[in-house]
Amino acid sequence: MTERTISPSLDMRDVATAHTPIAWERWLLWAFVLFVAADFAWLVAWNKNFGWPIVAQWFTADSILKGLSVTLGLTVVAMIIGIAVGLVLAIARMSDDRLFSSLASLFIWFFRGTPLLVQLIFWYNLSTLFPEISIAIPFGPTLVSWNTNDLITPMTAAIAGLSLNEAAYMAEIIRGGLLSVDKGQVEATDAFGMTRARALRRIIIPQAMRSIIPPTGNQLISMIKATSLVSVIAMADLLYSVQAVYNRTFEVIPMLMVAVIWYLIITSILNVGQGFIERYYARGERGTSNARAAIRLEEPA
Amino acid sequence: MNFAAKVVAPVTAQPLVRARNVHKSFGDNEVLKGIDLDVMPGEVVVVLGPSGSGKSTFLRCINHLEAIDRGYIEVDNEQVGYQLRRGRLHKLSDRAIAVQRRKIGMVFQQFNLYPHMTALENIIEAPVGVHGQNRKQAVAYAMELLTRIGLADKANAYPRQLSGGQQQRVAIARALAIRPKLMLFDEPTSALDPELVGEVLATMRDLAQQGLTMIVVTHEIGFAREAADRVVFMDGGVVVEEGKPEAVLANPTHPRTRLFLSRFIEKH
Ligand SMILES: Nc1ncnc2c1ncn2[C@@H]1O[C@H](COP(=O)(O)OP(=O)(O)OP(=O)(O)O)[C@@H](O)[C@H]1O
Ligand SMILES: [Mg+2]
Repeated sequence: MTERTISPSLDMRDVATAHTPIAWERWLLWAFVLFVAADFAWLVAWNKNFGWPIVAQWFTADSILKGLSVTLGLTVVAMIIGIAVGLVLAIARMSDDRLFSSLASLFIWFFRGTPLLVQLIFWYNLSTLFPEISIAIPFGPTLVSWNTNDLITPMTAAIAGLSLNEAAYMAEIIRGGLLSVDKGQVEATDAFGMTRARALRRIIIPQAMRSIIPPTGNQLISMIKATSLVSVIAMADLLYSVQAVYNRTFEVIPMLMVAVIWYLIITSILNVGQGFIERYYARGERGTSNARAAIRLEEPA
Repeated sequence: MNFAAKVVAPVTAQPLVRARNVHKSFGDNEVLKGIDLDVMPGEVVVVLGPSGSGKSTFLRCINHLEAIDRGYIEVDNEQVGYQLRRGRLHKLSDRAIAVQRRKIGMVFQQFNLYPHMTALENIIEAPVGVHGQNRKQAVAYAMELLTRIGLADKANAYPRQLSGGQQQRVAIARALAIRPKLMLFDEPTSALDPELVGEVLATMRDLAQQGLTMIVVTHEIGFAREAADRVVFMDGGVVVEEGKPEAVLANPTHPRTRLFLSRFIEKH
């Protein structure tokens, strides 16, 4: 006997008609948290010590925007070089070739093992260590030669320091991602006669991206803040520009608020971007909108 | 010893696959201890044998996923992985080996479809990217293959949205898309739920009937009986018995074959 014949109330018990109970505790919690947040915002907004008029006045000042563009430019360039070099290092480190893998390990060991600040200062003062940089046949004649001081400006020192340091960290992140890809995938690309380069580009890296992106997002955000270290080598980034102002006007807190708000704006934009990229590389997973669309298709007979 | 093969193919034909005295060790573990096997064009050879007897290893040696230690393997009149030049045998470069593999299709136990690509993209990846085919033609052929395996409506589905049996059929289509001269199957149904095995075997039986040359490692005795031209029984890294399926399966002469088959019949 089926349920339907014994129970006339079956339609009423259809779960499609069910009501969700109102979760009073959760609403109360929300109200409380919003209240505390509003109260705190009000306190901060009306606190004279934050100097909001001064924040507003300096927020888009020329020197601040210039500093901001230096911060953003350095971050982008250092990150791009860092990822590119990191990818090469990761592949070298995983290769069967002992020479390449040891060189990559050595690089990673050195650049992760020393403070970034020290690396930046070394790059900036490279001319005191090597006054001339030349391309020459080892132990033989010199072909081209430059004065180190002409090559190493604060800008190039900052880019070299930040990107090589970044490369060492990215190398390990990328290697972790590549290791997370199923071995059968490599085997399939081999069996189909794909070249190593194509297999990496088309099959392995796209799958590794899922585990590479979240830590790379972390790295990018750390990088934005790490760029403030370049002020020690006289690069006028966002923080440096802000400091330059408060060294004259002594409005330390309002000027720092200018920097904080800018940093938060950039970070928020990056978070949104990261979300989009993650969704792109999550395609093919069950539960994405794609999946739902395809599952609705009828099963073949 | 390739008497059985000659019955199937025209007497004049050259074997498509010729393996001689193939040895392979992993460290101290000698897995293949001198395998000889010829496969004629159009022949379907089913390799049976207990777990660990070296069936997968032998299959992987044929397309050089594993390098062999002794002996030689030839596919379509080319030695796999090596080349004889001026009386000396040279290892081929990775690139040249990749080229050799392009005429061999392979189907894996775990499917190994590319999860970030749709079924259609999976199928056209090698024809377009490796064989340099025109994309439009590749898509047309891929759709033809999908239709043949009854999955045309799944062209835009991702592998994880397909059942195991559907995934394995797509994997078969992917291997067929390169128009291979030889197809290797390594236990294509072992990762499938019992009710999904049939659809994959049916697809493979179709291929066998169309005259594709196939080497199939499987535990499906039924498939061997119906579709194989020849059954090869491996144990302990050697071929202990081979012959027509009727003969080997019904009247195994070697005691180890008999033991293996009797266990199977008990289980199934
Ligand atoms: N890459 C490897 N490294 C070391 N040993 C291996 C490797 N691949 C296979 N072997 C060993 O070789 C032997 C034969 O393995 P193989 O996978 O060829 O057996 P099989 O006949 O396919 O068995 P099954 O039916 O279980 O798949 C096993 O003892 C296995 O442990
Ligand atoms: Mg096996």
